[in-house]
Amino acid sequence: MALPKYTEPHYRIWHYVYLTICAAVFFFLIAPLFVIFPLSFNAEEFLVFSDGMKNLDPDAFSLRWYKDMIYGTKNPWGLATKNSFIIAIFATIGSVILGTVAALGLSSRHMPYKGLIMAVLISPMIVPLIISGVAIFFFMAKAGLAATHLGIILAHIILGTPFVVITVTATLSGFDHSVTRAAASLGSNPVNTFMKITLPLILPGVISGGLFAFVTSFDEVVVVLFLAGLENTTIPIQMWTGLREQLSPTILAVATCLIILSTLILVTAELLRRRSERLRGINR
Amino acid sequence: MSSETKQILTTDGIPLEVSLKKAERRNKIKAFLLVAPLLLFIIITYVFPIGDMLMRSVDDKMVTEMLPKTFKAMEKWDGKELPEEEVFAAFHSDFIKLVEEKREGKLSTQLNYTKNGFKSIIKKLRRKSKSFEEGNYKEQIMAVHKRWANVEYWQAIKRRAPAYTGQKYLKGIDMFKNEDGQIVTVPEDRRIHRILWLRTLEIAFFVTLFCFLMAYPIAHLLATLPMKYSNLLMICVLLPFWTSLLVRTASWMILLQQQGLVNDFFVGIGLVADDNRPEMMFNKTGSYVAMTQILLPFMVLPLYSVMKTISPSLMRAGKSLGGTPFVAFWKVYFPLTIPGIGAGCLLVFILAIGYYITPALVGGASGTLISNQIAFHMKSTLDWSFASAMGLMLLTGVLAIYWVYNKLVGVDNIKLG
Repeated sequence: MALPKYTEPHYRIWHYVYLTICAAVFFFLIAPLFVIFPLSFNAEEFLVFSDGMKNLDPDAFSLRWYKDMIYGTKNPWGLATKNSFIIAIFATIGSVILGTVAALGLSSRHMPYKGLIMAVLISPMIVPLIISGVAIFFFMAKAGLAATHLGIILAHIILGTPFVVITVTATLSGFDHSVTRAAASLGSNPVNTFMKITLPLILPGVISGGLFAFVTSFDEVVVVLFLAGLENTTIPIQMWTGLREQLSPTILAVATCLIILSTLILVTAELLRRRSERLRGINR
Repeated sequence: MSSETKQILTTDGIPLEVSLKKAERRNKIKAFLLVAPLLLFIIITYVFPIGDMLMRSVDDKMVTEMLPKTFKAMEKWDGKELPEEEVFAAFHSDFIKLVEEKREGKLSTQLNYTKNGFKSIIKKLRRKSKSFEEGNYKEQIMAVHKRWANVEYWQAIKRRAPAYTGQKYLKGIDMFKNEDGQIVTVPEDRRIHRILWLRTLEIAFFVTLFCFLMAYPIAHLLATLPMKYSNLLMICVLLPFWTSLLVRTASWMILLQQQGLVNDFFVGIGLVADDNRPEMMFNKTGSYVAMTQILLPFMVLPLYSVMKTISPSLMRAGKSLGGTPFVAFWKVYFPLTIPGIGAGCLLVFILAIGYYITPALVGGASGTLISNQIAFHMKSTLDWSFASAMGLMLLTGVLAIYWVYNKLVGVDNIKLG
């Protein structure tokens, strides 16, 4: 961002102050994530940078915490990872199906009480998680679904659908409905039209909503804390317990893996967003 | 041309208006059927349970059901002097039944909530009641312990007669109903909940303020930089956004510990002495720092999406009309960003007010919020009706904020990402 030549000196100074503030804020945002990285390769048990690490001594680094994460006998990370993925995948599928179908109905201009229904559907996103946790726990306890995978999956579908509804309705707002009418006039039934015409066009929105739902489920800890039994432990639950008891380097190894996972998700989400912006650009 | 307009008919002879209405209705039903599965799912698994919380928070049927005859007999009692024999007889018959079912312990716990001192006299009554003779229960019960002859204890029982109560809500703001039925505040040294509510509001307010102050410049920079650079910088905002909350909290736990990098840095620049490193975690500071960093993306993204739509020529026009850059910014640019500021502040404030995980991990005793208290009562004391009452009070607050926001800015102006 170059300044024009005629800029007066005090604005010039102000401009550099502004850039410095921005740099500081960006540093504050991103730097904490990078602390975890080197410390997870620490050869020692302490969570501070040892002198060896500061001098980049190769002996000060090791993979022992990663080995501990995978092979450690006491560590429940294997079970937690399996549970986390099972729950997140089923919760995502459920949220995407329910949310996309509902978004189709909500985008129809014939939909009655649109505002009210939308408010109910996205309420799990607005209500503080702790309250959702208490309410969902009461329901699951009555339904006999507490401490079951099914109960947690259903809970995560509740929390995940608002994201799908929002992203898919946003995508549908730029959707040209004459293409579905064209398909219908050519003799296609509604299901066929949806699968062959509508879905491919709104797919970026559906997938990015699905990503939100996946991350929500994968990262969710408040509701699971109320619902989970020992058998249903997830990665966030294990991290929560670990952080409460003692911050061990193994947790940092897990955290590093999670950062890598979130980087992958970020890249996917960004690519999708650009694709859908391009598609919407064509419509205009 | 004839003066009367002919009704337009469709090919099958039905008036067009009727036919259109029919099609319209069919479309409405079709649209509704698409929404129905999710709507039903959310209502059954989410909206009803919140209603269930409301029921639990005011439910006080336990004692009402344990002493049905007593409360029936007490209806005629004015509550000033000791009740008549009739009430004592009814109480005796209820009590015998409870002893048979081994539930008198629960009764004593419940009555003890209302007035201290019931535990021991109920235990004593159970022992003595085995040798009671028929008739004249008033004297026999009063002989068990002098408190049974004290009218205050009978008044306390009578206060538990209603099946519904608001006392859990009163307890949530450190108030209670005393012997005379007046609503009073608990002694100053026991007002824990008011402190928590105030602290929650304070932390949520300052976190929102800090987020706003930090997010505004970088959102502006992101919106005005060329795409090439802004995409790269956007990663700094999005990567924390997509990263697990627990990972980010863990990183702050490492940074803020006494031997952590932040303290190392302060020692390095000579701000604090090495042997006098300040506690930055397990207190309010920890909550503030970690929550601000974690919630910052929620402020940046709405601000960015609004700023992106503001044309740079507006600022240039403002300057060319004689405004200094600061005036142009304040009079032209800033007002245009208000929808983004509103959305960001609403989002951050509502998220902060219900925050649980981060304060529980880095907040210590002085940095915990109302959510932590709710979780504590859900998991430790098992006083679910109190947890429900506090949850609903929090929910009411959130909905009120949402309503005010809707009046001021309009919810439709919210933009997410």
